[in-house]
Amino acid sequence: MNILCVIRQVPDGEAKLRINNSKVDLEGVTVIMDGMDEYGVEQALRLRESGASVEQIIVLAVGPARNEDAIRTALAMGADRAIHVETSEYLDPIALSKIVAQVAQEENVSLIFTGGQQSDWDSQALGASTAERLSWPQVTWTNALELSGETLKGKHDIDEGAETFEVDLPAIITTQQGLNDPRYPTLPNIMKAKKKELRKDTLDRYGVQAKIRHVSSNIQVKERAGKLIDGKDPQAAAAQLLELLRNEAKVIS
Amino acid sequence: MILLVADHNNGKPSKMALELVQAARDLGREGPITALVLGQNLTAVANELSQYVEQVLVADLPQLANYNPEIWAAAVTQIAQEGEAHTILVGASRSGREYSARVAVKLDAPLLEDVIKVQDQGGALQGTKYAYLARVTEVYESSAPVTVVSVKPGAYNPASPAGSAGEQYDVELELPTSRTRSTGKVIEKTTRVPLTEADIVITGGRGVGSPENFSSLIEGLADNLGAGVGATRAVVDAGWRPYGEQVGQTGKTVAPKAYIAIGVSGAVQHLSGMGKSKYIVAVNKDPEAPIFKNADYGIVGDLHQVIPALIEATRK
Repeated sequence: MNILCVIRQVPDGEAKLRINNSKVDLEGVTVIMDGMDEYGVEQALRLRESGASVEQIIVLAVGPARNEDAIRTALAMGADRAIHVETSEYLDPIALSKIVAQVAQEENVSLIFTGGQQSDWDSQALGASTAERLSWPQVTWTNALELSGETLKGKHDIDEGAETFEVDLPAIITTQQGLNDPRYPTLPNIMKAKKKELRKDTLDRYGVQAKIRHVSSNIQVKERAGKLIDGKDPQAAAAQLLELLRNEAKVIS
Repeated sequence: MILLVADHNNGKPSKMALELVQAARDLGREGPITALVLGQNLTAVANELSQYVEQVLVADLPQLANYNPEIWAAAVTQIAQEGEAHTILVGASRSGREYSARVAVKLDAPLLEDVIKVQDQGGALQGTKYAYLARVTEVYESSAPVTVVSVKPGAYNPASPAGSAGEQYDVELELPTSRTRSTGKVIEKTTRVPLTEADIVITGGRGVGSPENFSSLIEGLADNLGAGVGATRAVVDAGWRPYGEQVGQTGKTVAPKAYIAIGVSGAVQHLSGMGKSKYIVAVNKDPEAPIFKNADYGIVGDLHQVIPALIEATRK
């Protein structure tokens, strides 16, 4: 079978963000493969290593030219080849899912991995919307997964706690922390990745346009009082904190 | 019409369902506010909901006894199409964010996801949401005839009853068979005030040291303050605390009046789950811990001494 890993390139969690022309400006910001997507790439590799008949692990990224860095990382981890739909246009997850579904069909994929939540858009919609387009089942927020024959078994988070599940292929799995420990690409693998196929694609092939329009972005920094108390005398520090919570914040009585 | 999907538990509409009612009222779009209830044995839920909205559509079917994304998406889509809904509101729980994306595709409609505010701007719908791990707020707009919106829990105040009872209708649905089989659930119960509803949340991080310390220090202080108990990802991964207590990007989002972070360093993934709290308090021995940059009040000190002192000082 073929596995498709959808990856995104996002700002590093600690990166300083700024707004330019009502948009988040990522010029000069450190960008990385979205951590949640990395679990998907790793899981695809582990399925192959555990003996499943995985023919190809294909990576898909949709975004500007610099996404190539994230793609090369995935290839260096061990994915076989990649497709890069190069665009600087904003595509929301519902629109993006149309590309993912089309690629999945063209590449005869029977398993798709993508992150549980995108750390730039804070969206969880890509996995489910792609599943709907393909009429496939999806399992979101997966933190344990194994394949036996054509059946995936695992565990994922739900509203009330956790659930163990079984689902037959083809299926879409969204991944999260806890599923595995993604490997670091080794230098030889980074070198090898440079020779792997990276097919460039254009957006017009897919007939996709954004379903929603971006209006504005604002940095959310709530001014915090930042009053620090020295805790060397624990009793005095505790008393001082409680006095602030009672009389200034008025959150306890 | 405005269609909202009303979650419920133990025979009552959930808090989130009443928040959706408020969102629908504030939106003020034309047509009746209609609540759809999916499940089994819904008489009590439907009766109560009818106090809040003009119409309650009741889908009382055995296939709806348990949530399933494929079935929920099919049900909501059918009702939205038959009722010619222009706005479909869903609570942005894990499940809501999952099936609302499927509904959007089925209806070929845009999705405004996890919004903290939704409003009509001259016929277009504008949704405000957090982005970049809640460090940024963004506004998106849909001009489509039908829009699906998932609304972040806690973003609206729960609605009050409307004063006159709405009509109830039973609906028929053609539902698919799900291809995912649930083989077991771990439902996390707590006797404490639920995290997302608590006025005060006390969260322990790895710095607390052990599950025993967590019980005596974090729970001890929470008992005295009537607070909810939260945990960081590291604590949950270590198996000290259940997943249901996890606060952060991969856990719950909370915004209490006071959030007290103890032995928590303050990774951005954690901040994204609690950064909207009214007051943030941190106790940590490392003055350089990032949590202090986001705190209103902090004690730089050994939590093993400071927390017992706080417990003592708050003893009733």
